Amino acid sequence: MTDTLDAPSISACPACMATPSAMERAAAAAAEKGARIMLSVPDAHCAACIATVESDLEKMTGVRSARLNLTLRRVMVEAEVDVEPGTIIDRLGQLGYSAYELDPGQLSMTETDRQGRDLLMRLGVAGFSMMNIMLLSVAVWSGATDTTRDMFHMISAMIALPTVAFSGQPFFRKAWAGVRAGRLDMDFPISLAIVLATGMSLFETFNSGAHAYFDAAVMLTFFLLAGRYLDFRTRAVARSAAQELAALEVPRVIRLVNGTEETVPAASVQPGDLVLVRPGGRIPVDGVVVDGTSELDRSLLTGETLPVFAGPQTVVTAGAVNLTGPLTVQVTAAGKDSSLHRMAELVAVAENARNKYTSLAEKAARLYSPSVHLLSFAAFVVWMWLTGGDVRHALNISAATLIITCPCALGLAVPAVVTAASGKLFRAGLLIKDGSALERLAEVDTVVFDKTGTLTMGAPEPLGLDALDRESLEIAAALGQASSHPLARALAQATQARGIIPAMLEDVAEVPGHGIQAHWQGQRVRLGRAQWVGADSLNVTATYLAIGARPVQAIAFADRLRAGAAEAVAAFTARGKRVFLLSGDVPGAVGEMAQRLGIADWQAEALPQDKAALITQLQAQGHKVLMVGDGLNDTVALSAAHVSISPASALDAARVASDIVMLGASLEALPMAQHVAVRAVRRIRENFAISFGYNIVAVPIALVGLASPLIAALAMSVSSITVALNALRLK
Amino acid sequence: MNVLTFLIPLSLLMGLGGLFAFWWTLRRGQYDDPEGDSQRILRGDYDDHPKR
Repeated sequence: MTDTLDAPSISACPACMATPSAMERAAAAAAEKGARIMLSVPDAHCAACIATVESDLEKMTGVRSARLNLTLRRVMVEAEVDVEPGTIIDRLGQLGYSAYELDPGQLSMTETDRQGRDLLMRLGVAGFSMMNIMLLSVAVWSGATDTTRDMFHMISAMIALPTVAFSGQPFFRKAWAGVRAGRLDMDFPISLAIVLATGMSLFETFNSGAHAYFDAAVMLTFFLLAGRYLDFRTRAVARSAAQELAALEVPRVIRLVNGTEETVPAASVQPGDLVLVRPGGRIPVDGVVVDGTSELDRSLLTGETLPVFAGPQTVVTAGAVNLTGPLTVQVTAAGKDSSLHRMAELVAVAENARNKYTSLAEKAARLYSPSVHLLSFAAFVVWMWLTGGDVRHALNISAATLIITCPCALGLAVPAVVTAASGKLFRAGLLIKDGSALERLAEVDTVVFDKTGTLTMGAPEPLGLDALDRESLEIAAALGQASSHPLARALAQATQARGIIPAMLEDVAEVPGHGIQAHWQGQRVRLGRAQWVGADSLNVTATYLAIGARPVQAIAFADRLRAGAAEAVAAFTARGKRVFLLSGDVPGAVGEMAQRLGIADWQAEALPQDKAALITQLQAQGHKVLMVGDGLNDTVALSAAHVSISPASALDAARVASDIVMLGASLEALPMAQHVAVRAVRRIRENFAISFGYNIVAVPIALVGLASPLIAALAMSVSSITVALNALRLK
Repeated sequence: MNVLTFLIPLSLLMGLGGLFAFWWTLRRGQYDDPEGDSQRILRGDYDDHPKR
């Protein structure tokens, strides 16, 4: 106890110190936070995967336990605090599973879990009550009369009232929020029907009336909650994996003040400040290099595959990755004026335009809500007039109309189909972030691809290594290993794959911005840029190897085509979609790629604004554009397009801007997804037709006052089940 | 008809039992990974010593 008292107080008041629970909880939370790693493993799919992943990870030092969740395709690792997620990702990579780190911010994840369980519990309670009330109702329908009937109604009321109060809450809350905001959405007629049916039935029960709609009210709650839960689950799965993919960049900057380094938030940097960018770091501001030489990878910014040289006086823009040497940058624009921020503003404008899309469900709700209220009110007025002022009878018919038109089938029509479709797409490695994305994907007639990182893997591979002799390869391998430059790393990997043992080198030194240099058997060896090693630059991405006085050898690189790229383009073309290739890379590389894939329309050296402009122009002509891209330079285009897809390897900003995230590596899933979307939309329309058809039959019955509780229950369950079964046909 | 006086409470109690069982499984997280669980049951690893 004394330990607790000595420790700094985190309890709210001194008296709370007597209870150590706050302290213990905080300590436990801290231990848990450091110890739990959450990874998304999109390729896991079978029982063997569970065994491989779990047993292998548990053998790692520092890992306490690993559990693979196949439904969500993620692994939860309990480990010592010093275990890095990166090492686990590498280990999974060796096993053949690509993995992405998920946000360790547990709070949002448990929040999602809690909401899901909450909905499921309400669904369970509604299901329980529905069955028990139905049991009693069947007895009434089969002829129970007088006291027995009244008693059964009374028992039903005792079950139904708490159930409606508990399970109906999600609808009541949303309806109330809608009313306060001056909207009339689906939740209002639902709540009205549930409350009116329960109230009327309660009144009838106490006055020994013949009809009570307790079963209908509870059944309505049950079916609608089922739809709500499906809807929730689809969104939760997508949200947790797509948006919680860990933000790899920390918005912090190393600022130099009188020669000393201090770490500050990126937002607090002013023009004129000096900022230090270490190798491997992303440049956080727009500015001019004042000190240091290095190379910059701008592929995510512009789509260029080739790293560019940066030295004093080079103008740099935020978002580029510093590769080889430390750079000191004088800030010219930060915060609101930086190019990154301008891009974000363009994205916001583009997204605003897209948010105007109304989904099929919203259209249906807009049509449905007023007409149902009108019908029910008309029934009340007409029956008041017919019966000469019998409020009880008129209200009964009005309630029956509300119940029977109530959107059991309508509430299930969309969620059931979307769940079936997104489940199918999830198994193919695609995550739908938003239900309406499926509808928009179905309408697409034009597909625009980005090149670097989308149609290609964004990782260079050395070509023609066979032309080099073994000795050169050994030296190249050794030099490549010593650098963090992407070309050098690719070279080291390729030579390693060929089983080449790196040569022994001395005095290995990286010359930032130029290459890497060492001594081998007394001769100077260099791997790097053409001018530096003394060679003529080739027209392609290449690095150059110089060994002593021997002639310089060039090693050319090509970006590997992403798996399924050719198939995807062919499939889209075959289905009559127009395919565009739009890249910020040089015309040579883009043209070659377009020819290889058979894409007729292509444009090179496109700036982010150009990309967005082309898409806006296409959409102004009435085309529906699907944009597939991964870079910072694609974000505006991604948000401007009718629907957009980005690979999981894309930058955060691109993933956030797109509707669908592709977790698998193959592009072949895209035409399949489009096909599934078309079929899903057809099912949704069919489902609407079914529920509309059922209303055409049922509403007149209710209006003339013939809708007994039995008919209401039958109609409701039959239509709901038809709609759910129709959705399942999608599998 | 007197039989109803205990049959109805009995059926309600049984229903409540089911509801409680559902609540318990929900609390224990048994609906978190239905797909994985359906695959796990086929493995023999924990047949002799169930993992807690």
